[in-house]
Amino acid sequence: MDALTALVDFFAVPLQFAFVQRALLVAVVAGVVCAVLSCWMTLMGWSLMGDAVSHAVLPGVVLSAMFGLPFALGALVFGAGSVALIGAVNRTSRVKEDAVIGVVFTAMFALGLVLISRVPSQTDLGHILFGNVLGVTDTDIVQILVLAALVLTVVWFKHRDLTLYAFDRVHAHAIGLNPRLLETLLLGLLAVTVVVALQAVGIILVVAMVIIPGATAYLLTDRFERMLAIATAVAVAAAVLGVFTSFHLNVSTGGSIVLAQAGAFTLAYLLSPRHGILGRRRTRRRTHPATPAHT
Amino acid sequence: MNTPTQDTAAIEVTGATVHYGDVLALDHVDLDVPQGLICGLLGTNGSGKSTLFKTLLGLVRPDHGRVRIMGRTHTAARRAGLLAYVPQSEQVDWAFPVRVRDVVMMGRYGHMRTRRRPRPADRQAVDHALHRTGLTDLADRQIGALSGGQRKRAFLARALAQQAHVLLLDEPFAGVDKHSESTIIDLLRTLREQGHTLLVSTHDLAQVPALCDRAVLLQRRVVARGTPDQVLRPELLMEAFGVHTPEEGPVWMP
Ligand SMILES: Nc1ncnc2c1ncn2[C@@H]1O[C@H](COP(=O)(O)OP(=O)(O)OP(=O)(O)O)[C@@H](O)[C@H]1O
Ligand SMILES: [Mg+2]
Repeated sequence: MDALTALVDFFAVPLQFAFVQRALLVAVVAGVVCAVLSCWMTLMGWSLMGDAVSHAVLPGVVLSAMFGLPFALGALVFGAGSVALIGAVNRTSRVKEDAVIGVVFTAMFALGLVLISRVPSQTDLGHILFGNVLGVTDTDIVQILVLAALVLTVVWFKHRDLTLYAFDRVHAHAIGLNPRLLETLLLGLLAVTVVVALQAVGIILVVAMVIIPGATAYLLTDRFERMLAIATAVAVAAAVLGVFTSFHLNVSTGGSIVLAQAGAFTLAYLLSPRHGILGRRRTRRRTHPATPAHT
Repeated sequence: MNTPTQDTAAIEVTGATVHYGDVLALDHVDLDVPQGLICGLLGTNGSGKSTLFKTLLGLVRPDHGRVRIMGRTHTAARRAGLLAYVPQSEQVDWAFPVRVRDVVMMGRYGHMRTRRRPRPADRQAVDHALHRTGLTDLADRQIGALSGGQRKRAFLARALAQQAHVLLLDEPFAGVDKHSESTIIDLLRTLREQGHTLLVSTHDLAQVPALCDRAVLLQRRVVARGTPDQVLRPELLMEAFGVHTPEEGPVWMP
């Protein structure tokens, strides 16, 4: 069997299974939505916020299961609610924002743990925490697609305003925009995005999906539009690679996807022409040809 | 609200008092700048110049007092695109992935529709603003890859591209060399000829007589106001700046 057939089989064999096709769809859609948002998350320095929102949705997911509601509904309520709570406590106390975030999300997560230990078996904590993309149902897929479309539509209309807000909120204010509103919008998008990615990689690893693609792209370009494109490409490649690898090696899908993203980040960190540590050294040598390469 | 006419003051502040906690930064400040003039805002460090700009923009809320821009509240004026602001120091992330050109384009957002897609007129305005500030050759650099003076000019270019009626410039000459300074002065004069109104703060008095039609001397409250000749009097400067002005400055002696 030559290499080409092996490669074709690597993709073709799993794709015969409907559950792999669905997993692939969910992983790619979640990857794209997270990647788009990750560009702002990286630039705003909101990785802790991403971690917070993802953990805080746990009680919502559990309650949804309890009452037979769509999982996205409970997750959204608790995701957005915890963001609002963080903002409120932050404004009305002298405690610094990162401490407030730390308090709120751990408290929410703990509430989820307590709730789940009272709920009869049906909800599997392992699936919520670590994702269960190979077992997504049709209703899950519908919820994911609707929310993904919502996020991408809002971003399509508002991405330049959001970038202006991230770069210079004083100017946004001066030209009559409302920075507070844009901040709320970005946080709302984060909450919805987290819910989209929940099924793919689980609560624990969602933060990776909303940070790594953006951070990788940030190492590779100085243009925001290109950053969006690179982050998306990284996320799609990682989703595809992750799903197929996890099928063949019978390992965690969420883990494989995030590992693939981390691999992309490592490559960019080392090799990026302008911002990578090895790439930078090479550029420097090129611009100073007189410097001896070896001694 | 009555529509602004030729006589409406471009900038009108009445009785503005601003506290930061216990610090009194502005004390019953009145300001009145007619349309089409350059007004210099003079004062020492900590005299409240930047605070006055922030009050005009609604970035700080006065305890009491009233602000009108072309007869409108600051919110209405901002929404109508009447105000351009160049802060004393930009609170931006200099490593942000935007080029100089992209930053200047942000000045045009008020002219664009929801998605802020630049049209040819916007690109033209940006090119023109870059040209007038001498940044054409640097337009494709990442914003952080500029020197301090060049950054200053980039944000001035953004204000130019905005084509707002009223320009608020907080210390536009701080940290720029003589050459850039004269470029900027020419630019501000051109803007005035085109009918714009400018409020320009500085603590360097040397440019005031040549540049400004009006001047206001600020020391938490308004110490003096009028033409540069009326304001730049030794006894008033003594009060506002607390030191004798050096004798080598006959330009502003009456
Ligand atoms: N955010 C703040 N919190 C507390 N006090 C402030 C704040 N900003 C300014 N102040 C105080 O308000 C007063 C006026 O400050 P402001 O920045 O308006 O002065 P300025 O005239 O612009 O000075 P400079 O020439 O140094 O720019 C000063 O006493 C300053 O210490
Ligand atoms: Mg100041």
